Amino acid sequence: MALDKDKFDALVRRRWKVSLSLTAIMLVIYYGFVLILAFDKELLSGRVAGGTMTLWIPVGLGVILAAWALTGIYVAWANSTYDRLVKDIKEGMRGES
Amino acid sequence: MNEFTSTIGQPNLVSIIFFFVFIVATLYITYLAALRSRTAAQYYTAGRSVTGWQNGLALAGDYMSAASFLGIAGLVSLKGYDGLIYSIGFLVGWPIIMFLIAEPLRNLGKFTFADVVAYRLRQKPIRIAASIGSLMTVCFYLIAQMVGSGSLITLMFGLPYEVAVVSVGVVMIAYVLFGGMLATTWVQIIKACLLLGGATVIVFLVLLHFGFDVAAMFGQATAKYGEKVLLPGGLVSNPWDAVSLGLALMFGTAGLPHILMRFYTVPDAKEARKSVFYATGLIAYFYILTFTIGFGAMIMVGQDIITKFDKGGNMAALLLAEVTGGTVFLGFIAAVAFATILAVVAGLTLAGATTLSHDLYVNVLRSGKSSEEDEVRVAKRATLGLGVVAIVLGIAFKGQNVAFMVGLAFAIAASANFPALLLSILWRNLSTFGATLSIATGTTLAVVLIVLSPTVWVSVLNNPAAVFPWKNPALISMTGAFLAGWLGSVLKPDPGASEAYENQKIRNYLGVGAE
Repeated sequence: MALDKDKFDALVRRRWKVSLSLTAIMLVIYYGFVLILAFDKELLSGRVAGGTMTLWIPVGLGVILAAWALTGIYVAWANSTYDRLVKDIKEGMRGES
Repeated sequence: MNEFTSTIGQPNLVSIIFFFVFIVATLYITYLAALRSRTAAQYYTAGRSVTGWQNGLALAGDYMSAASFLGIAGLVSLKGYDGLIYSIGFLVGWPIIMFLIAEPLRNLGKFTFADVVAYRLRQKPIRIAASIGSLMTVCFYLIAQMVGSGSLITLMFGLPYEVAVVSVGVVMIAYVLFGGMLATTWVQIIKACLLLGGATVIVFLVLLHFGFDVAAMFGQATAKYGEKVLLPGGLVSNPWDAVSLGLALMFGTAGLPHILMRFYTVPDAKEARKSVFYATGLIAYFYILTFTIGFGAMIMVGQDIITKFDKGGNMAALLLAEVTGGTVFLGFIAAVAFATILAVVAGLTLAGATTLSHDLYVNVLRSGKSSEEDEVRVAKRATLGLGVVAIVLGIAFKGQNVAFMVGLAFAIAASANFPALLLSILWRNLSTFGATLSIATGTTLAVVLIVLSPTVWVSVLNNPAAVFPWKNPALISMTGAFLAGWLGSVLKPDPGASEAYENQKIRNYLGVGAE
């Protein structure tokens, strides 16, 4: 059972590059929202939709949808790229053993 | 104008019928599941046969409690926008589970998250420390749910509090004791479908009332209660407090034992990741529904009537169901709320029982040498024991302010469970001493600081001023846990554990040898 160390290390690095970037995006979106709440409530108090809604409502719903979209991006990446790289490495292990 | 009358608080025939159909159906499923719950893997993980989509529904079922359905709808109906801020906090932990935890957990563990932390470390100290973190998280969450269920059932059906708590406890014990994870999973799936379906129908009826014009709905809310319902209010005032609470919610979700345990029910890491995507979408949809239900209740029921039934607004969704769909629909939604309570406490009890039997009994008392029959037998006794404890504590805490317990459960999950889990996945040099110290520090800081915080020191113990200023300590307790993990590993390294990291990585990233 021979593991292609370079390929494997590249896989691990790539996996964490993707997931830590997505984690960072989630943190920025959520804490951006929280810090606007804490420091400048007026910023999003403007009106939209003919004056019946504040900007806060689409922004809040946007945070919810963004959280879901980020999980979707990760699954799409992992199902295509990650799984393919893993299959590749595993076939290499089988081929040489 | 007519005096508003409601049948809430009286026994409702429709509700009783729906409720009995639910109980009979779920107990029948439990009976079928009992035939397939003999080995440890069957009892704890439903034989790892649950699909990604089913597990997504069950995860959502575990997370959407009656408190979040009735409580958030009530909060929105009384405070408007603040209710949405609250929901957002509870959602953003799910992407974190996906990116950092779900797949490593699935590939490295067997039944509990302690399996992952103890993977290359010394079993006993890690299992003991992780069990304490797990059991505290489960118990505080469970007490909050039991007390909440007692009060809600009293409000909904007029049953005495003690009768409500005992009946929830007994049915829940039946599910978990006989049907294990398979029955618990199906109870969660059915409950999730009923809750999402019921809430969707309420929202449809609300939108029908406003001619499918959401802007008109918000316009009427402003006309009736002023601009403030569309603006953030007093929920976020101290920025440090907000950051700290945000950390507890984001990383605490990724440390809840009953959520983590669900990832062992799917066959592999690919299904685990899919299940988080479905769960996040379902929970996001649920929070959008509860926000709309809150505004619907604010306008169509009215805040004065909502507070007349319950000061905290917990009856808003039920009153709205009655206004839009009459007594029959009210009965249906009340039965769904009851089903929701049962499902959530079942999931928590199973997670607690697994920790007691798999982590403490098998891996500490019997040093990992125990037959499957023995392990399942102990798990069943632990289920019975925990169920009785839940009933007793539920009654003991009657009328007490237990709102802080959910915050405490998330703070311990974020400080005791999450840092050790993440370090064991990502850091080669984590040592047994480091992991144990991390869990001990996180648990101690979280508990002590919560007791000294305004939520317990002032609201429960009635002292004039809090010793610790923030409502949630996660910023300090979680940071402390990471620092303790680092310090302990530097002071007392485990060379063997560092060498074993290469093998752990192969299993983690390639899934080779995963159970």
